[in-house]
Amino acid sequence: MQMPIPNATILARKAAIYARLAAVLPADALITDPAETRAYECDALSAYRCAPLAAVLPRSTEEVAAVLRICHEEGVPVVPRGSGTSLAGGALPTADCVILGVGRMNGVLETDYDNRFIRVQSGRTNLSVTGAVESDGFFYAPDPSSQLACAIAGNIAMNSGGAHCLKYGVTTNNLLGVTMVLMTGEVVELGGPWMDAGGLDLLGVVCGSEGQLGVVTEATLRILPKPEGARPVLVGFDSNEVAGACVSDIIKAGILPVAIEFMDRPCIRATEAFAKAGYPDCEALLIIEVEGSQAEIAEQLARIKTIALTHNPVEFREAEDEDQAKRIWLGRKSAFGAMGQINDYMCLDGTIPVTSLPYVLRRIGEMSVQFGLDVGNVFHAGDGNMHPLILYDANKPGDLELCEAFGAEVLKLCVEVGGCLTGEHGVGIEKRDLMKVQFAPQDLEAQLRVKDVFDPKWLLNPAKVFPLDVTASRRAG
Amino acid sequence: MRPATEAELSEAILGSKALVVQGGGTRTIGAAVGEVLQTSGLSGVELYEPGALTLVARAGTPLTEIEAVLAGERQRLAFEVPDMRGLLRREGASTLGGVVAVNASGPRRLQVGACRDALLGVRFVDGAGQIIKNGGRVMKNVTGYDLVKLMAGSHGSLGVISELAFKVQAVPEAQLTLVAERGITEGLADLRKALGSPYDISGAAWMAGRAMIRIEGMAGSVAYRATQLRGLLGDWQEAAGDWSAVRDVTPFAARDGAVWRLAVKPTEAAGIIAALGLEAICDWGGGLIWLLDPAGSAPVRAAVAGLGSATLLRSLPGQSTPSFQPEAAGIAALSRALRAQFDPRGVFNQGIMG
Repeated sequence: MQMPIPNATILARKAAIYARLAAVLPADALITDPAETRAYECDALSAYRCAPLAAVLPRSTEEVAAVLRICHEEGVPVVPRGSGTSLAGGALPTADCVILGVGRMNGVLETDYDNRFIRVQSGRTNLSVTGAVESDGFFYAPDPSSQLACAIAGNIAMNSGGAHCLKYGVTTNNLLGVTMVLMTGEVVELGGPWMDAGGLDLLGVVCGSEGQLGVVTEATLRILPKPEGARPVLVGFDSNEVAGACVSDIIKAGILPVAIEFMDRPCIRATEAFAKAGYPDCEALLIIEVEGSQAEIAEQLARIKTIALTHNPVEFREAEDEDQAKRIWLGRKSAFGAMGQINDYMCLDGTIPVTSLPYVLRRIGEMSVQFGLDVGNVFHAGDGNMHPLILYDANKPGDLELCEAFGAEVLKLCVEVGGCLTGEHGVGIEKRDLMKVQFAPQDLEAQLRVKDVFDPKWLLNPAKVFPLDVTASRRAG
Repeated sequence: MRPATEAELSEAILGSKALVVQGGGTRTIGAAVGEVLQTSGLSGVELYEPGALTLVARAGTPLTEIEAVLAGERQRLAFEVPDMRGLLRREGASTLGGVVAVNASGPRRLQVGACRDALLGVRFVDGAGQIIKNGGRVMKNVTGYDLVKLMAGSHGSLGVISELAFKVQAVPEAQLTLVAERGITEGLADLRKALGSPYDISGAAWMAGRAMIRIEGMAGSVAYRATQLRGLLGDWQEAAGDWSAVRDVTPFAARDGAVWRLAVKPTEAAGIIAALGLEAICDWGGGLIWLLDPAGSAPVRAAVAGLGSATLLRSLPGQSTPSFQPEAAGIAALSRALRAQFDPRGVFNQGIMG
């Protein structure tokens, strides 16, 4: 993966830049010792690493603004970082950049049940947003699988989703407003605790902009009353096609489960060996979760069962109690860990029209043979967001490159059938060079022009999202 | 001008100095100057996959055509498109592009999100005549910047939309409305109580001394939730719901006066309305307020300062109040710069948004 050559002028001015940052930050908020900056050398895409020039850990919007003002004046690139859980390399540093970590800004600023919102500092973890309101019967809906660790700042940057967004939407559908610091240090308020105030939807374009337009320090999030209950069912099929058709029929029937998860045979077997959830050994299985009161759950599950039975499932397993419900989810929740037990893996994130599921799964199987690498599929079937896990051996020379080539072919296939490169993880550096597959030059240019407006000097996370050759003249300043 | 293809649209834009972009012209706010560019030549459903809840259509397609196609599969646009013709005293056929240009969203917005939330992808032609696509037709897509959201509600100021992809919704088998005679303060308090419950409300409005709650879904579930809500709220009764009147602001249509649309924190609604002393209709549990200002002189913007925003949808002859809420300096500068990027020659709908 190519990254820009570090700016020699910045590296030469290192001491002066440290001094300026030290003047506006408490001593413990500035990290320059190479032994310590190494902690920020990568995110969850750990195949790529580079220690930054410095890391700063501000505690307030004012400190963020002060840091950005200095970096803007010095021409120093800034890479914002939430909790560093990006699977796409969104928080990967360059040697000449300052990592701006928002993790210390993790407080709850306002909780308003009457108007159903919570305002938090952006370093707060996703799960602890729900944690702050659940004893009062509320929750924050987007639930990326890293929710224990990932920060709201990163969720906003990547427009994160999760298993339950089939019903509740992704981050952008649950974000009401932000306080954001522009690269110049100017603080702006976008949106607020109301809906559709008018004016251009700047909040909508900031969400998912991968930390390239500004640094979000506070967020107003929609919270929802917790449903009375939830229950999953497990349905096993002897073919991927039939499982895909069942998903389509459920959706078409107007039933809105909160989640429809899909696992294929390689993934089921790996999971069984690891977590022993008692899954049937079949070609494909679906976990479908519905919500509501006991009676409402029963009504929905009865409808789902009727539809599923028309597809001759090899298994239809209902949960009689909480323990059985947990066992149904156990395998799915262990899937990534189970695959990781077998080997290193790369997790893709392409999204396809639900109707193309059987074709795409078949093609991935063929490619697996062609590339000689195993692959397991576990994903959010209700919205077509696939997560093929390609297994490779990081210690075997050439295997990572082979795996990346395989992954690129899968993503091209996703685009070919009318889908996209990434459904919820973001582009980062991982899919950066594939953007030309999905977008024509003028499509990319339109996006670059948005960055020109928010960050004219191209200092915020500049080497991400777009192919380097496309952004070269802008990054040169 | 009435281009029939994106290429013709691009040519038309390049050959013009000032354009008024018009779908059906049924919801335009404010008055732009220039030659009228009709999008009605860009019409037709391109793709409809009921099993994937996806519809792609050209921007000039009449809304009625879209609704008929969806109804054939018992599906709909979830965000409940308002018909503004009565209120704004317009004629013509609303188009899909016009719906998106104003981000038109009705009572169900509080449950399922706005028009912008259902919009999956967009194609448009910018001021330099470039044909640009963004988003796509899949449910989850974080590939590159989300210009789809930016285009929704941009009132034709960034480009002329040529094609749109939507997530659609199955029509639920049952729907039920509960009502109670209430003053505004008590009525809105009840609505907030209902919205804070797990009973999944799809409409919460107050109109003419009557609070209304709508629930939708499977028959058994709707009956269950109605019972639970009546237990929670007290003397609420099942009644026929007048949701299209709330959606279209029908009570104000034939009345004279300026009409304002306010987006506020629901708990502020009753106070703002009382302070202004104007007749009001509340939707979204109080988050959306429609105000009738007979003299066109009420200090509406002052009353919402810091509490939300106010758009003047229908003004009186000679009323010089800007249609859109003035923005904070930083936001205004960003919006202006974005318009300059997408429409460098200032061709589109000058005078509407800024």
